[in-house]
Amino acid sequence: MTTDTTTKDTAPGTTPGETVLDARGVTMRFGGLTAVRDVNLTVNSGEIVGLIGPNGAGKTTFFNCLTGLYVPTEGEVRYKGTVLPPKSFKVTAAGIARTFQNIRLFANMTVLENVLVGRHTRTKEGLWSALLRGPGFHKAEAASRARAMELLAFVGLDAKAEHLARNLPYGEQRKLEIARALASEPGLLLLDEPTAGMNPQETRATEELVFAIRDQGIAVLVIEHDMRFIFNLCDRVAVLVQGQKLIEGDSATVQGDERVVAAYLGEPFEDAPGDEEAAEVEAAEAQADAVPGKENRKETDR
Amino acid sequence: MTTHTTAPGTPETPDTPDSNAPAATGLIGLPATVGRALATGGGALAVVSAFLAWTWTAEFPGDLTVYGYPGGLQVLVLIGGLFTTLFGLASYGVKGLKVLTPGNADSALKLAALGTFATAWYTVIAISAKLGGVVNLEPGGYLVALATLVALLGALALPFQRPEPDPADPDDTGWEAFRHRARQKRANFKAAFAAEPPAPGRTLPAWAEILVITGVMALGLLVFTYGIGTEYDELFIGFLLTAGFGFAALAKAGLVARISAITTRHRTVTMTGAFVAAAAFPFTQSDDQYATIGVYILIFATVALGLNIVVGLAGLLDLGYVAFLGVGAYTAALVSGSPSSPLHVHWPFWASALLGAVVAMIFGVLIGAPTLRLRGDYLAIVTLGFGEIFRITVLNMDGTSGPDVTNGSNGISSIPNLNILGFDFGQEHQLLGTTIGRFANYFLLMLLITLVVVVVFRRSSDSRIGRAWIAIREDETAALAMGINGFRVKLIAFALGACLAGLAGSVQAHVTYTVTPEQYQFAHVVPPNSAFLLAAVVLGGMGTISGPLVGASLLYLIPAKLQFLGDYQLFAFGVALVLLMRFRPEGLIPNRRRQLEFHEDTAAPAVLSKAGA
Repeated sequence: MTTDTTTKDTAPGTTPGETVLDARGVTMRFGGLTAVRDVNLTVNSGEIVGLIGPNGAGKTTFFNCLTGLYVPTEGEVRYKGTVLPPKSFKVTAAGIARTFQNIRLFANMTVLENVLVGRHTRTKEGLWSALLRGPGFHKAEAASRARAMELLAFVGLDAKAEHLARNLPYGEQRKLEIARALASEPGLLLLDEPTAGMNPQETRATEELVFAIRDQGIAVLVIEHDMRFIFNLCDRVAVLVQGQKLIEGDSATVQGDERVVAAYLGEPFEDAPGDEEAAEVEAAEAQADAVPGKENRKETDR
Repeated sequence: MTTHTTAPGTPETPDTPDSNAPAATGLIGLPATVGRALATGGGALAVVSAFLAWTWTAEFPGDLTVYGYPGGLQVLVLIGGLFTTLFGLASYGVKGLKVLTPGNADSALKLAALGTFATAWYTVIAISAKLGGVVNLEPGGYLVALATLVALLGALALPFQRPEPDPADPDDTGWEAFRHRARQKRANFKAAFAAEPPAPGRTLPAWAEILVITGVMALGLLVFTYGIGTEYDELFIGFLLTAGFGFAALAKAGLVARISAITTRHRTVTMTGAFVAAAAFPFTQSDDQYATIGVYILIFATVALGLNIVVGLAGLLDLGYVAFLGVGAYTAALVSGSPSSPLHVHWPFWASALLGAVVAMIFGVLIGAPTLRLRGDYLAIVTLGFGEIFRITVLNMDGTSGPDVTNGSNGISSIPNLNILGFDFGQEHQLLGTTIGRFANYFLLMLLITLVVVVVFRRSSDSRIGRAWIAIREDETAALAMGINGFRVKLIAFALGACLAGLAGSVQAHVTYTVTPEQYQFAHVVPPNSAFLLAAVVLGGMGTISGPLVGASLLYLIPAKLQFLGDYQLFAFGVALVLLMRFRPEGLIPNRRRQLEFHEDTAAPAVLSKAGA
C-alpha cells in the first residue's frame, strides 16, 4: 500500500528545470526477496536529492537499478526521457555517473590515469589510432589530459596527479572517485555514501564540493547516513524503508515525519504505516501513562 | 603457601640488557676495519689466483691448468674478484670509485664477495667431484678457495643497521618462541644486505647519457653472448651464479637504479640501442650453432610478449595461448608451398605472415567471444580447454579421422625456406665481413617481428585502450561503471594477442621446417608451450616489455644449457617458480606499479613517473 506516499510525490516539484531522472515503479526481486518495491523517484536538473533509509532498506540496490548494474524486475528508469539500457557502461555513456559505497578506485593506476579512464566514453580513439599515433591521437590525448587536470584541480587533487591512487588518504580517494565520475561528463551524478568514514571537516568539504557540482548544472542523487550532511545539502529527500519509499519532501517535511523517526529508531514498521500506526502509538502512550517503566517507548514516539 | 614467590615481575628481568639496542655490527664478530681489509684483500687475492693453475689435468673442461692465462670458470672468478675489490675500495671512499656505488657500497661488497665465493667454491667442488677427490687441486685451487672464503667472512663482518627487534611475548610456547627468534634472525639477515635506493643522480649531458646507454647495451650483449656460448654445464652454472650475484650487487650498489633512471629519460634511444645490440648478436658468432638458440629464444620471447598484453595488461589468464602460435604456424605452412600441404600454393612471405596473423586473430575472436564473458579462474580453465581442442583437432585432420588438412601427427614437413626479394634465408650470406648462416638470417627476421610486437605493446599500453585494459584488470565492476565496454575491450586484447602470436608463428613454421601438433601443447619440455609462456611472463614481470624477454631467455637457456637436469627439468622449474613467487612475486623485472602493489611495507616512492607502465 503505497498510495499515500505517491500523493506526496507531487508536493515538492517546485524546483525549476527539466526532469533528468525518472524512475517509475522500480521493483527488484532476488528470488523470493523483494529488495526494492515499486519505488518512484524523479530528479530534476540543478537539484540535489537525498536518499536515506536504515541499513538494508534497499538504497544501494535501488542505486544499482539506476546504473544498470541490476535490471529492475519491474518498472523502468528514464534518463532525460529515454529508457536506460540494461548495461552499466551504456548507462554511463548515456550520462549517469556514479561513485561506490566502498571506494572502488583503480588502486594501481595514478590519480591522473584514474580520471582519464573516466573520460573513456567521451573519447573515441581506438586501437588503430593508438598504434598508428596520428595527429588526431595526440590531439585527443592532450585534450583528455587537460580536461582531467581541470577536474583534478576542481576537486583539489591536481598536485597529486602522478601519485598512485592507493597511496592517497581516504578523504582524497573519495574526492578522486568523484572526479573520475565527473570525467564522463554526466548529467546526473549518483553518490553512494560519499562521506562514509570522514571526519567533520572532510564532510564539510564534501558538502562544498557537491554544491559546486550542482552549480555546474549537474543533478546529484546522494545516499547518505549522515543526517546533518543530507539535510544541509539536499533540496529534496526521499526515505526508503524495507524496500519501499516512505516519504519524499524537503528537509523539514522529512525531519518532522514521525514515521521516518520510527523507522530509524527501530519501531516495528507495519505494512500500513498511516493511521493504524498512529493509533498504535496513541494506545502505547496511553498505556505508558498508566504503567511506569515504559518511558523509553514514549520517548521514541515523542 | 609459596605461590607468591612466582611474582609477575620475574620474567621481565632477564630481557633488560642491551639486547634491544640496535648496534651497528656485522653478522660475524670481527672488527669492521679488519673485515673491510679482509674483503678487499680477499677479492684481490681471488683475482691473482685466477691466473694460477687450479687443477693438474685438462680433463676438467675449460683447461684450468695453465699459469698466467685464466680460462673457463677462472674468468668468472676473476670478474667476481675484480668486482669485490672495486666495491671494497669504493667502500673505503676512494675518490674515483665513488661513482660505482651511489647506493650502499657495503651491501654491494657483501653480495659481490658472496657471488665470488659461490662461483669459486662451486668450481673447486666440481673439480674435486669430477676428478675424484681434492688431490686433484693444484695450489691455485686451494688459494682461490681460501681467498674467496676470507673475502666472504670479511664482508660479512661489515656493520649494518639492524632492524628494531620485536619484543618477545613472555607467554610464548617453546615453538612460538623459536619461530619468533627465527623471524628475528631472518630480518637481521635481510637487513645485512639491504640497501636503500640511491638519491637521484645528477643529469649528465644528453650525449653522455646516450653513451652510458650504449655501454650498458654492449655489456648486455657481451653477457648474453657469453651465456649463450657457454660450452659445458659447469661453466653455465658458474655463469648463472656470477651473473645473478653480480646483478644483485650492482642493484645494491645503486647502479641499476641510476641506469634505469637514465634509460627512462631516453626510452627511444634505449629501445633502438637494445635492438641494435640484439641485431649485432649474429655478427659475434662464428657459426650458426648459437644463432639457433637465439632464434628460438626470440620466437619464445615474442610470443610471451604478446601474451603479456593479454595477461599483464588486460589481466585475462589465458592458458591456451600457444594455440594461436600454432594457428599462425599452420596457416603459414599451408600456403608455404610445402609438398605435404594440401594447398599447393606458394605465397610470398609478407602475404603468408599477414594471413597467419589474420587467421590467428579470427580464431582469437571466435574463442574469445564465448569465453570472455567468464572471469578469473573460469576463463583460465576454458582457455586451457580450447588450447587442447586446437591440438587435438589438428591431430585429427589427417584424412582418416577428418578432412585432410594438416597431415595429422606427421604435420606439415619440409617447409621451404623464405625468400624475400631474392634474399634466400636458407643460404649463408656474407654480411659486414662475417658469415651469416640460416638461423642467423631468421634471427634477424624474427628480431623485426619482435620489434613490431614491442612497438604494438608500448603504443597500445599507453593509450585510451591500454588504460581501459588496466582498469578492467584492476576492478572490472568499476571499469564498467566508468563506461568501458568490458567485453569489447577484452576481446580486442584477446584478438590483438592472438594476432601477434600468429605473426610469430608464421616465421616459426619456416624456422623449424616442420609444424606438428606436438609443438603446441599446454605443457611440454621444449619451451614455446602455454605453461612456459605464462611462466616467462610471470617470471619476467607482468605488464613490462623487458620482463617477458628476460623471462623467456632464462626459461629457454636454462633447460637448453643444463643437460644434466634431464628428467628433473620440470621439477626444478616448478621449485624455482614457487621460490620466485614467494620471494619476488612481482617478477624479475617488475613493473613499478606491481612492485608497489606487492611490497607495501618497503619505502617505495609514492610518485609513479609517467614511464612507470
